[in-house]
Amino acid sequence: MAENLLARWKTGLEKTRKSTFGRISQIFGVTQITDGTWEELEALLIQSDIGIDTTEKIMEELWEIESSAGLTRTSELREALKNTLRARLDTPPPLDLSAKPTVILIVGVNGSGKTTTIAKLGQYFRNQGKTVLLGAADTFRAAAVDQLQIWADRLNLPIISGQPNGDPGAVSYDTIQSAISRGIEIVIIDTAGRLHTRYNLMEELRKVYRVAGKALDGAPHMVWLVMDATTGQNALQQARAFKEAVRVTGVILAKLDSSARGGMAFAIQRELNLPIYFAGLGEKLDDLTPFDPEAFVESILEDFGV
Amino acid sequence: MFETLTEKLNKVFTDIGRRGKLSEADVDAAMREVRLALLEADVNYGVVKDFVSRVRERSVGHEVSRALNPAQQVIKIVNEELIQTLGEPAPLNLSGPKPRLIMLVGLQGSGKTTAAGKIGRLLRSKGERVMLVAADPYRPAAITQLQTLGNRLDIPVHTEAGVLPPKLAEDAMAKAEKGGFTVVILDTAGRSQLDEALMNELGAITTRVKPAEILLVVDAMIGQEAVNIARGFRDAVEITGLVLTKMDGDSRGGAAISIRSVTGVPIKLLGTGEGLDALETYDPGRLASRILGMGDMIGLIERAEAQFDQATAQKQAERLMKGEFTLEDFATQLKQLRKMGPLSQILEMLPGGMGQMARTVNPRDAEKQLKKTEAIINSMTLLERRNPKVLNASRKRRVALGSGTDVQDVNRLLKQYRDAQRMFKQLKKSGPRGLPKLFG
Repeated sequence: MAENLLARWKTGLEKTRKSTFGRISQIFGVTQITDGTWEELEALLIQSDIGIDTTEKIMEELWEIESSAGLTRTSELREALKNTLRARLDTPPPLDLSAKPTVILIVGVNGSGKTTTIAKLGQYFRNQGKTVLLGAADTFRAAAVDQLQIWADRLNLPIISGQPNGDPGAVSYDTIQSAISRGIEIVIIDTAGRLHTRYNLMEELRKVYRVAGKALDGAPHMVWLVMDATTGQNALQQARAFKEAVRVTGVILAKLDSSARGGMAFAIQRELNLPIYFAGLGEKLDDLTPFDPEAFVESILEDFGV
Repeated sequence: MFETLTEKLNKVFTDIGRRGKLSEADVDAAMREVRLALLEADVNYGVVKDFVSRVRERSVGHEVSRALNPAQQVIKIVNEELIQTLGEPAPLNLSGPKPRLIMLVGLQGSGKTTAAGKIGRLLRSKGERVMLVAADPYRPAAITQLQTLGNRLDIPVHTEAGVLPPKLAEDAMAKAEKGGFTVVILDTAGRSQLDEALMNELGAITTRVKPAEILLVVDAMIGQEAVNIARGFRDAVEITGLVLTKMDGDSRGGAAISIRSVTGVPIKLLGTGEGLDALETYDPGRLASRILGMGDMIGLIERAEAQFDQATAQKQAERLMKGEFTLEDFATQLKQLRKMGPLSQILEMLPGGMGQMARTVNPRDAEKQLKKTEAIINSMTLLERRNPKVLNASRKRRVALGSGTDVQDVNRLLKQYRDAQRMFKQLKKSGPRGLPKLFG
């Protein structure tokens, strides 16, 4: 299973490797650590969108290991880097799906990949033998409801849809009510994309959150933020704002099959203590896999062509 | 962490003072800060390197002028270089035989379809006859999305089920020509630059039809990969311009620098909101200060100017100088502030430290406070507004009751008013220099 997963990660990220191959192989190919090694290493960390603060911390850690453990070879440095990166990511805790139904609210900025991710989640849970109901509460963006409807038809999953420009809170309420009466196990609710700086839209999202709680005590049980892996340093501000508004409980890293490496995951994990549950590795329905920190770190390093 | 570059550079230069030339050591220290600021703004690592070396060259040996302190001088050079890299804004190219084709390309989720609607609306308002073309047969409901926008804007949308984009584009152009349309906007599917098949499709489209514009649509929040993405699209088709979307967020937008460095094509438009009218031309100076984390003061000033009632302001200023500033004037000023838009947006436009501080203010509370203040003033008699000194305890109770507030709120407002009055008196005595320094 683990090997299979790693293979999936690798094929998902193969395209990435093709485009940027060989940069670190130059670093790690040389046997002796030089000043140039450090400079290149810094470049690669920053270019992975890991951010300056985290990059500096990682570099300091590695310097310390280098001098205390007396590292001289670049292959040793690579190993140390791998461990340092890995230590900065938690293995996501197992999903608690004990509530019946378990309500999952999907939030994020415009264009991050929420709707496609929901389709993939629908398939993922159904493949685990769960019954799933989708709620199309993005009543704002043109044809967003149609988009999820098409996915639901393809997957043969039931869906509750809102009217264009209807009240998203009402849709989430109806969806949860319907799930209760049908005895469905998992409810996934799509919301409109919104920039975290838009106060009124964030207020609307808070309302959707509150209304879900009125439909069912404890709902939504999980709030997942879908983030585009190509996002830069703004990712942290996004995650912070959504967490404050609707108590985000986890992150899904979408579009990790792009050439971007998703380095902002490190800062989000560290500073906001949000687990990363899933990663989107392609356009096909089964291209969503549980986030595997080992594979993620390995693929970042693999990406560097070692 | 939230210091602006100006503040950081001021620290670097504390010891230098205002004489002599900038030494190499000074410049080195300053360049470290410039580099960090740009990296924090998502400018690509390699692009930053080149950029900083240009700024360094210009800075070393630069005479310290009397007008600017060293920090301001470095900022000035950085700013000039940024503005030069960003380049002049360029209008959409609508030359050539009609109908002219505008083709939108970009990653998934960058905002192409919304941009297509916005550009259609903009050009129609300039008298063009616009047709939209939905050339994304892959993403579910992508075509419906453009159709919905077309309906809302009353702009026709061309679609053909089962026809691949190159042929579809050709058909649309033929139809547009027959129908007397002057502009065709082609909305293509989102694609990764790594997806060879889809990138070839873009090439295939441009062998069949000749776009007047191929606009790369880029999310302003994008990180370091902006460079590779831009390269990938540039290699597949001849990009003629950039559209930066989601500029209403709080990303610094450094990707604009990265992409400009790679493609060299002009930035043409900025997407600044959810509404179909939220499309703006771009100003290099404003974008440069945003990238440096210095806020959008120009935008703020423009907004203030647009809403400002010149005549009222003139009258107020005259009375102010005579020391006749009353609570009535206070209320008018509050109203003008409110006209500038939701407080949350105004607060976001403040630079660096102030902007961060402002973000901790709950705009709803601030709005509430403003409304309260207005209510209190509205509950006063004319006499009270013009001469607040007459407000004794019983009058205050009445005002509080009338405005649904407490006597404490009334007292607080009166104190603010007295403080403001004192400030204006000081201003009158010593001219503008008497004002506390508001902007560092």
